[in-house]
Amino acid sequence: MVKDQEFLKSKASYCLDLAKKIGATDASVTVGHSISETVNFRNKSLEASDRSDGLALSIETYLGKRRSSISSSNLLDENIKTLIEKCFETTKITPEDEFNSLPDKNLLAKQISSLNLYDETRFENDKKITYLKDLEEAASSNKQIINTESSFTENKSNFILANSDGFCDGYKTSSFTTSCVTVAKDENSMERDYEFSSKRHLSDIKQASDLGNKAAELTIRKLSPNKIGSEKISIIFDKRISKGMLSVFASAISASAIARGTSFLKDKIDHQVFANSINVIDKPDIIKGMGSQNFDSEGVNSNTLQLIENGILKNYLVDTYNGKKINLQSNGRSGGTTNLYFENGHISYEDLLKKNSKSLYITETIGHGSNLVTGDYSVGATGFLVEDGEFKYPVNEITIAGNFKDMFKNITLANDLEIEYSVNSPTMMIEGMTVAGK
Amino acid sequence: MSNFFNKSDLTRQDADKLVSETLNNCDDGELYLEESKSESILLDDNKIKSSNYSSDLGFGFRAISNEVVAYSYSNEISKVSLKNSSENLKSTLKSIKGTYNHEIPKSNKKFYKDINPIEQKTLDSKLEVLNKVNEFLRKKDGSVKQVTASFAGEQKSIEIIRSGGESLTDVRPLIRFNVSVMLEKNGRKETGVYGIGGRQSYDDYLKNDNWKNVCEEAFRIASVNLESKPAPAGEMKVVLGPGWPAILIHEAIGHGLEGDFNRKKTSAFHNLMGEKVASEGVTIVDDGTIDNRRGSLTIDDEGTPTERTVLIENGILKNFMQDRHNARLMNTRSTGSGRRENYRHIVLPRMRNTMMLSGNQTQDEMIKSVDKGIFAVSFGGGQVDITSGKFVFNCTEAYEINNGKIGSPIKGATLIGDGPSILKEVSMVGNDMMLDPGIGTCGKAGQGVPVGVAQPSILIDKMTVGGTKL
Repeated sequence: MVKDQEFLKSKASYCLDLAKKIGATDASVTVGHSISETVNFRNKSLEASDRSDGLALSIETYLGKRRSSISSSNLLDENIKTLIEKCFETTKITPEDEFNSLPDKNLLAKQISSLNLYDETRFENDKKITYLKDLEEAASSNKQIINTESSFTENKSNFILANSDGFCDGYKTSSFTTSCVTVAKDENSMERDYEFSSKRHLSDIKQASDLGNKAAELTIRKLSPNKIGSEKISIIFDKRISKGMLSVFASAISASAIARGTSFLKDKIDHQVFANSINVIDKPDIIKGMGSQNFDSEGVNSNTLQLIENGILKNYLVDTYNGKKINLQSNGRSGGTTNLYFENGHISYEDLLKKNSKSLYITETIGHGSNLVTGDYSVGATGFLVEDGEFKYPVNEITIAGNFKDMFKNITLANDLEIEYSVNSPTMMIEGMTVAGK
Repeated sequence: MSNFFNKSDLTRQDADKLVSETLNNCDDGELYLEESKSESILLDDNKIKSSNYSSDLGFGFRAISNEVVAYSYSNEISKVSLKNSSENLKSTLKSIKGTYNHEIPKSNKKFYKDINPIEQKTLDSKLEVLNKVNEFLRKKDGSVKQVTASFAGEQKSIEIIRSGGESLTDVRPLIRFNVSVMLEKNGRKETGVYGIGGRQSYDDYLKNDNWKNVCEEAFRIASVNLESKPAPAGEMKVVLGPGWPAILIHEAIGHGLEGDFNRKKTSAFHNLMGEKVASEGVTIVDDGTIDNRRGSLTIDDEGTPTERTVLIENGILKNFMQDRHNARLMNTRSTGSGRRENYRHIVLPRMRNTMMLSGNQTQDEMIKSVDKGIFAVSFGGGQVDITSGKFVFNCTEAYEINNGKIGSPIKGATLIGDGPSILKEVSMVGNDMMLDPGIGTCGKAGQGVPVGVAQPSILIDKMTVGGTKL
């Protein structure tokens, strides 16, 4: 059983009392407990089971404008005492930083509404095994599939965040995650692809056989790929990849990157950064949302933010420390975005495929080729050549490159958004990028 | 050395007994105990931005029967907690029988000293170095707009208790010092990053004001990039500089030669043992035994002493890297490559220091032989798709080559290639093998472990460069 609120609160208040007693002017503490159970399958038989049970504690102590932090997994009172003393010793010799402080009291979350983020259902390992058997049975039904690996993870977590200004709250969350990786082979090549489903509630998880079939289908269609020539071409990003553009955007508008001056979107508030049909929303209060939260990692209330309105940048993601640096109030985004998404575009998926006589549909990218300082983008990619709306053949061993500043302004979105994860996007087309191949 | 039993109701005898009882009918397994102490101190934007100390303690209990691995971990070392884990393992393996393999090789060799680097340098003197770095770089040139510098240090103590009560221990120090600088000139911004580290004390790396050299190198890379032009797109010849660019080998070849992917036949290399996979003259080893290197280990995380494993000898594929589990299932021996990030994770076969050995050509000869291509000197990260064999890595410092001469610097670009065929495209191997500066972390299945790489300059006849200029 995951530890209850009372236990975590008692540890948190022990820490705060102790910090105050030894001279800290302020302190904040997070105590969490998490239990996970995973079952792994391979080629229709059990491969591994894994149980984890972990407590975690992190404390920040302040002496005026001086601050330092410690973290530990050992919650014995004696160990906590040693660590807090060590933390405060370090605080004393850490230089002052005028921007260090707890969040403004009047921004702290006051009322916590239930977002239904916890499902207490226990999905016993035997049931996970049955689920994975069905999944792999479906995944391996085509004889081109030569290997299947799948897993099911159940997680239950609880946490308390408390600070010396009297904030003390937390809540339980759960997640159920299942995934399947399949390998297919023909006389020319061996390819791998995957499908997964991750939800707060067990009953929302995809059907085992649907998931297995989907993974197999995605893998088989990649067999016998070609390399194409180097050219400028319009690129269509599958939803799996298009949401990555949002993650890059989110990193580039974090108050930390803005304050440090290391973002290609610095000084762009109220400027056009996306095509004018684009709207980007970050919504923390979606019921059962994978990214939902009642407050951010400092306890600050978080409301829905419109980040991009008709292509214009409206908000940064602001935490207390970096907010003070750039003269902005925290908007409850310490720890980043919550449920982030592009609003739907005005064109169907089918019409997007047909928009150009020839385009490249990308299903996977590899490499870490996003430069947030310059906006330069260059990654390895696999996908399909699309002609007149039809998938012609798979393509691999190519790269795609451009610069986000141009790419963002050339985005066209389909109207097939589904809000499933913490970052979500419809299928996306970007014109004018370079493909390097043969 | 940590004593894992002095603050717990669990005695060593209890642990021995429970381990033996749980693993009795299994093929392999162990109790892994770990205590780590780590710190990170970060200077950013003219200030000491954070100073964090962390201590972690826990155990991971593993039981293996045939192909099935059961694992349970907790950060509470107690009788109840270990008993729960044992029950958990037994319930997974309830209907399975095996014979425990007691054999484990021994060695007295140690590749680093039993020190705690965190305690060996005062916080004050660490802060002083970081402030000096900031001042030095900002004074150096008006174009310096941002400086980030950091220390990371760790001491990890482990104990492995096997069925029958055999115990193996190791204490592993590790440090890293990093500098990143951003320059701005005529409206353009570029960053340069450089770092050093390994398994010695901070001062072993920082003596003779060596921090200045780290600053100069970060500054140099950023300055070069300020002048960079768009990179070319398409297939061309690529000369790689010595040292860190060996992450090409790590991605292109290394991951594909890890035992698990080959046992499962999901690696593009699984049916190539004994075959020619590289040009003549190409020899690649994975070595855990180099003194004080970031990727070195006295014993791996299963207790096996590490070794120098020859992967490719003169072009021929000779060995995979193995942990005990995959070795047993493939009827071979562990190469001391069983590693885990920490007690929360299962053991996987992983790389240590992966190196291509020197040949006898010079970098000059390589550059002169290229009509049109690129010369890549420094890299960010890389990634590989094990199954298709396609891999990428990102240049952070590269130049055009035109008619045998090095030309202008080019913008960061991704290079993509095919693992099983790329080493056949190597047409010259340099005489200048160099180790990387000690900064690599390899990710696999969500676990990061410290690794090293090394190589001489090499010439690759054909690779796709992912620039924007057609």
